[in-house]
Amino acid sequence: MAQGSSTDAFVEFERVQKSYDGENLVVKDLNLSLPKGEFLTMLGPSGSGKTTCLMMLAGFETATHGEIRLDGKSINNIPPHKRGIGMVFQNYALFPHMTVGENLAFPLEVRKMGRSEREQKIARALDMVQMGDFKNRRPTQLSGGQQQRIALARALVFEPELVLMDEPLGALDKQLRESLQFEITELAHRLGITVVYVTHDQTEALTMSDRVAVFDDGRIQQLAPPDELYEKPQNSFVAQFIGENNTLEGVVEKIEGGFALVRLDGGEVIDALPVNVQEVGQRTRVSIRPERVESNLERLHPEAHTLPAVVQEFIYMGDTFRTRLKVAGRDDFIMKTRNAPDQPRLKPGQEIRIGWLAEDCRALDA
Amino acid sequence: MAALPPYASTGQKIWHYAYRAICAAIFFFLIAPILVIIPLSFNAENFFTFTPEMLRLDPEGYSLKHYRDFFGNPDWQVPLWNSLKIAPVATFLSVALGTLAAIGLSQPHVPFRRAIMATLISPMIVPLIISAAGMYFFYSRIGLQGTYWGVVLAHAALGIPFVIITVTATLVGFDRSLTRAAANLGAGPVRTFFKVQMPLILPGVVSGGLFAFITSFDEVVVVLFVGSAGQKTLPWQMFTGLREQISPTILAAATVLISISVVLLVTLEVLRRRSERLRGMSPG
Repeated sequence: MAQGSSTDAFVEFERVQKSYDGENLVVKDLNLSLPKGEFLTMLGPSGSGKTTCLMMLAGFETATHGEIRLDGKSINNIPPHKRGIGMVFQNYALFPHMTVGENLAFPLEVRKMGRSEREQKIARALDMVQMGDFKNRRPTQLSGGQQQRIALARALVFEPELVLMDEPLGALDKQLRESLQFEITELAHRLGITVVYVTHDQTEALTMSDRVAVFDDGRIQQLAPPDELYEKPQNSFVAQFIGENNTLEGVVEKIEGGFALVRLDGGEVIDALPVNVQEVGQRTRVSIRPERVESNLERLHPEAHTLPAVVQEFIYMGDTFRTRLKVAGRDDFIMKTRNAPDQPRLKPGQEIRIGWLAEDCRALDA
Repeated sequence: MAALPPYASTGQKIWHYAYRAICAAIFFFLIAPILVIIPLSFNAENFFTFTPEMLRLDPEGYSLKHYRDFFGNPDWQVPLWNSLKIAPVATFLSVALGTLAAIGLSQPHVPFRRAIMATLISPMIVPLIISAAGMYFFYSRIGLQGTYWGVVLAHAALGIPFVIITVTATLVGFDRSLTRAAANLGAGPVRTFFKVQMPLILPGVVSGGLFAFITSFDEVVVVLFVGSAGQKTLPWQMFTGLREQISPTILAAATVLISISVVLLVTLEVLRRRSERLRGMSPG
């Protein structure tokens, strides 16, 4: 969880806490450091503290405790307008009484830049977001996607090294969101800027980021690259929050050779990989991704434990089959199989046996 | 007004027409006393009635003599200039203080917000005569009674509630993330205020200012208490003029005041439409 402070850290949070009312901590002991050029996403349910962290970095909220450093220097006592951090707001926050060009000129005028240099930078920034022809329009004459492009151009026009984005695509429709996701990541990598991106949309987080910090209850639950986050969740919150997930509850019966034997509440025994359970007798919640559930037992280890299952529902989804099973007393167990010629199409009521590779079944905290 | 639907009952039809009649009567009673003053102010005689010549629309019956009196006689010119010296300064104070108060009170973390707001707005609610009497005693103590600045401050206090109310109303629609965006882009608080917040709440500030100006320009009770002969304002002169020397010049003065009010109200409406267009609420 704690990444410690490394010498090449560009943005650092060290033991940061935040409380609005002096009693409840919204952010509890945050430690985070990211190198220059990284695209980091803060992901979490609402109220998890992710937006508060972003606001502290931008300077709109002050940390109750701890230190925030930018490029090695503490920024705790620097007001927002002197931090030189770009930001894209959820509702765009374009100045409605100014044209697009004037909006982009604003940060440059503040920096007392000459007219010709200003014009040049504005034109370049608008071209970057493919809005070159819209310089003289007013924000109210633009669509949501266009406004967000302008907001992005405005955050980049003064060439900040760090850009913050607070759910910038939240108000847009799915198609526009996807194309802008791609554009933003492409732009960020091309310009070499460091981005801290806040979202509650996990697909967005997984597709855009170099690393994702999953927030819950004021803490980072896991900080990892997207693939690791999905395949190796470190605790049951992350397993539940990212992607689809089957959970079974039980007690650790044996830990041996790096694997655990878990006795489920219904009495069945399964193999699992102990992740954050240490001792025998501890309660655990095991997590298996639907696509890692195997009904063709020949593919498993001959001594692997298997479970009986009853098919409840079989849904044909084109490229995949989605089967809802009754397993160990729960009827919401999902198995996802690829549509292949040898893959049987199951019928409701059919009795099968399922299993999995022990390393795909993660024994997590209960 | 919507047309009567075909299924309306007799009662509804009667009410429909009665409603129109009531509306017409209300407008008549509001506007007629004001309109009748305007032609009378062009009376060639020193009467408050329409002369037979006027009714015949004979040019002989009309003249600008009351306007000449108004603009030539020091009895009217001194109060007019007094009013013009007091109202703009009082308005400036009302606008500056009222706008700042409204912005401050719209911040969510200010303690006792409602109590402070109620106190600042009280001059609008408390009967004027009570405010006036209170100001008289208070200003006498601190040496402001009967001074120019005493009247200016008293009028500013009366104007502040209007500014607070109109600015607060515009601030409701003001997106706070705009000030954050400005700060993020490098603008300090002062620049943010004048370049981002002020232009967007300007319609509220201006209409509050107009109300404050009209309040000061029309005010007679407070100035009678707080002012002295040196601060005799136009309404004061009209008030005494009515009792002491009944001259139709007062009609010319009234017409001038009405014209000023109408111009101000039209300005207000134009500004309101402009701001709506800027916010994209109506196509423009």
